[in-house]
Amino acid sequence: MKVIKHSFDGVIVGAGGAGLRAAIEAAPHMKLAVITKLYPTRSHTGAAQGGMSAALANVEEDNWNWHSFDTVKGSDYLADQPAVDILCKEAIDSVVELEHWGLPFSRLENGKIAQRRFGGHTVKEGEAPAFRACYAADRTGHMILQTLYQKCVSMGVTFFDEFQVLDIKIDDGVCKGVIAYEIATGDIHIFEARAVTFATGGFGKIYKVSSNAHSLTGDGPGILYQKGIPLEDMEFYQFHPTGIYRLGILLSEAARGEGGILRNKDGERFMERYAPSIKDLAPRDMVSRAIATEISEGNGAGPNNDFVYLDLTHLGAETIKQKLPDITDFVRTYVKIEPINEPIPVQPTAHYAMGGIPTDVNARVLSDATGTVLPGVYSAGESACVSVHGANRLGTNSLLDIVVFGKRAGQSMVDYVSSTKPMALSDNAAEDLTSKIENLMEKDHSLEFSVPRIREELQDTMEENAKIFRSEDSLEKQTKILSDLRDRYQNVTISDKGKVFNTELLEAIELEYLLDMSDTTVASALHRKESRGAHSRVDHVERDDKNWLKHSFAFKNGDSVKLEYKDVELGNYEPKERKY
Amino acid sequence: MDIKVNILRYNPDTDRKGHWEEYILEADPDERILDLLHKVKWFDDGSLAFRRSCAHGVCGSDAMVVNGENMLACQVLVKEVSTPIKIEPIRGLPVIKDLVVNMDSFFDSYKKVMPYLVNDDEPGERERLQSPEDRDRFEDTTKCILCAACTTSCPVFWTADTYVGPAAIVNAHRFVFDSRDNASKQRLEILKDVDGAFRCRTAFNCTSACPRGIQVTKAIEDVKRETLTIN
Repeated sequence: MKVIKHSFDGVIVGAGGAGLRAAIEAAPHMKLAVITKLYPTRSHTGAAQGGMSAALANVEEDNWNWHSFDTVKGSDYLADQPAVDILCKEAIDSVVELEHWGLPFSRLENGKIAQRRFGGHTVKEGEAPAFRACYAADRTGHMILQTLYQKCVSMGVTFFDEFQVLDIKIDDGVCKGVIAYEIATGDIHIFEARAVTFATGGFGKIYKVSSNAHSLTGDGPGILYQKGIPLEDMEFYQFHPTGIYRLGILLSEAARGEGGILRNKDGERFMERYAPSIKDLAPRDMVSRAIATEISEGNGAGPNNDFVYLDLTHLGAETIKQKLPDITDFVRTYVKIEPINEPIPVQPTAHYAMGGIPTDVNARVLSDATGTVLPGVYSAGESACVSVHGANRLGTNSLLDIVVFGKRAGQSMVDYVSSTKPMALSDNAAEDLTSKIENLMEKDHSLEFSVPRIREELQDTMEENAKIFRSEDSLEKQTKILSDLRDRYQNVTISDKGKVFNTELLEAIELEYLLDMSDTTVASALHRKESRGAHSRVDHVERDDKNWLKHSFAFKNGDSVKLEYKDVELGNYEPKERKY
Repeated sequence: MDIKVNILRYNPDTDRKGHWEEYILEADPDERILDLLHKVKWFDDGSLAFRRSCAHGVCGSDAMVVNGENMLACQVLVKEVSTPIKIEPIRGLPVIKDLVVNMDSFFDSYKKVMPYLVNDDEPGERERLQSPEDRDRFEDTTKCILCAACTTSCPVFWTADTYVGPAAIVNAHRFVFDSRDNASKQRLEILKDVDGAFRCRTAFNCTSACPRGIQVTKAIEDVKRETLTIN
């Protein structure tokens, strides 16, 4: 294989919101490369819809402390409160900065940024739903992604588009660079870089029904996990309540923020029973559980009683057209329903990883449960776990997370690069990797060991055994299944032996990360004997603060997963029963 | 039901030019064209190359020609197209492999029009104000996802690849009509050029092709008219 070498001070892997925001911060101060397996504007930040919260108080009284309270309560008290304070305090300047860079927010009559209601966001610590989510119709993520990319274009940031990073080089605990595969040519590229940020997004493709893009396979967390770096809080995976039935395509919570109502087969507004005060605007974990419960109790709609309705019919054509144009288009396109006149069939869809690569508040990656910093390695966005989302993320806080901690990752890269000398990588630094790829290419193809077969079984079984409700039985069953799938993966084969745009090869590599993400999710879920946020154990239904007010750290231990724990950092808000 | 799908295949390692291959697929009428491509790739021929990511029409990866028209493969259902379904790469850009084209010149044209807000005035500590009416002036063109469906449907672009093309003009429009931007004049100078907006012959292919429903031809006309206001 042809090997090409580059020398940079810093490399950012991933060009979604977090990666681009980090790049804007770092680019003026170092020789920087942004490497993405897509084109930057095709990153999944662009699929985020509803908004980005910040206590601008443009519509009503608000302050960032209330935003903090809601975030901590929404997290089921697992978030680290000092980190949450940073998120909510810096939110305000972050939104303003994006506006200054050109982000076309929707506007109020007085010209200020418009704000809407969203799940779990309240005024005065729970009194009423808050107008806090700054938005651009229902395509806020698209606008953030475009604006950040535009800013990068104006700055002349160097991009390597359609390059897949496959390895990080860490010698004696110090980062030296990454190895990437050029998709268009099949060439290997060695990138010397002493500061590396992983902003690779989530891994929703471990489940069958997901709002996530095909590209979301946990690449960054997978690469680091295989190097012995733990993954934090992997048992906490968010299911968004309103995915389009069967397809999983996201229908923003903004639909309920604007007044949409969930109804069961009898037309009942069932959220009144589960969250009497804020009803349909309860946090996502609660709403998804409520839907799953309605379905399991026979209250689901349709011939199989397996979905509920999202009803927008009372909102009126004008509100729908102005404020929810994209999601109503999705419904028209994929289910041929007119949302102005008919309720929409929805079911929970795998959406967001609260867990990921452990970092401190400066996006520095931690290599153990005691907080040891791994020099030169950073992570931000969904691939990272700071932790600001704890056991359940509030809607709009992910778009906030990517800009606040993306910026901090960029700043940390600058600090590190300015205080260290360049690192050299030898010309044979990619040898392990090239032989791995060559082995994979040389093996005769067999359908039994094909990527799609193994992946489909993985997604089907994760959906069945490790979704919204879990039990010791289901998780132990899944542990065995994962072990068998891992055995089969050892023999994985591909049919395409070409160099140019061999996406089958990339899918084979991504599948290993999906297996890593599934292993750590299931092991962490099996060990956590309580229910908290998105982690609901039918055999341990109560939250147990005495034993489990802790973050989990899942380490690779040969073929199994080893778990360690770290206490949650509390702050202003004592854990209380979580009611809405 | 079984349906016939014809895909224009090209492998640079073995083929001198593209050739059609036929696949008979078991398909549900509600499936996306993208689902059909995945069926071929995952269960028949793993070497089939195409780009895709979000699978619901917002990332812009999978623009291709289906039965002669540009569209996103993830945004069109089997029941909406006639069979046999013919799938080809978008036109006017060099084919790398199968349905994948080289996007370099497309993004180069995009970058030419200064696709970013220019405003060096001190913005203050809070957001700049913009009325909903001013915000509405460029609403339509903010929706662009850079999928290239418009540019590669344009007959002018097919014959003159130096033409910046509809997508670049759409992205210029997004800033030219933004009340916060101060570089309209520079952008319009670029678009007055021989390879700029006046190359457009209003074929409206771009408007039909846009998967985001942007009134592309109208945006180009807006830009043309605006260039007449500068000296």
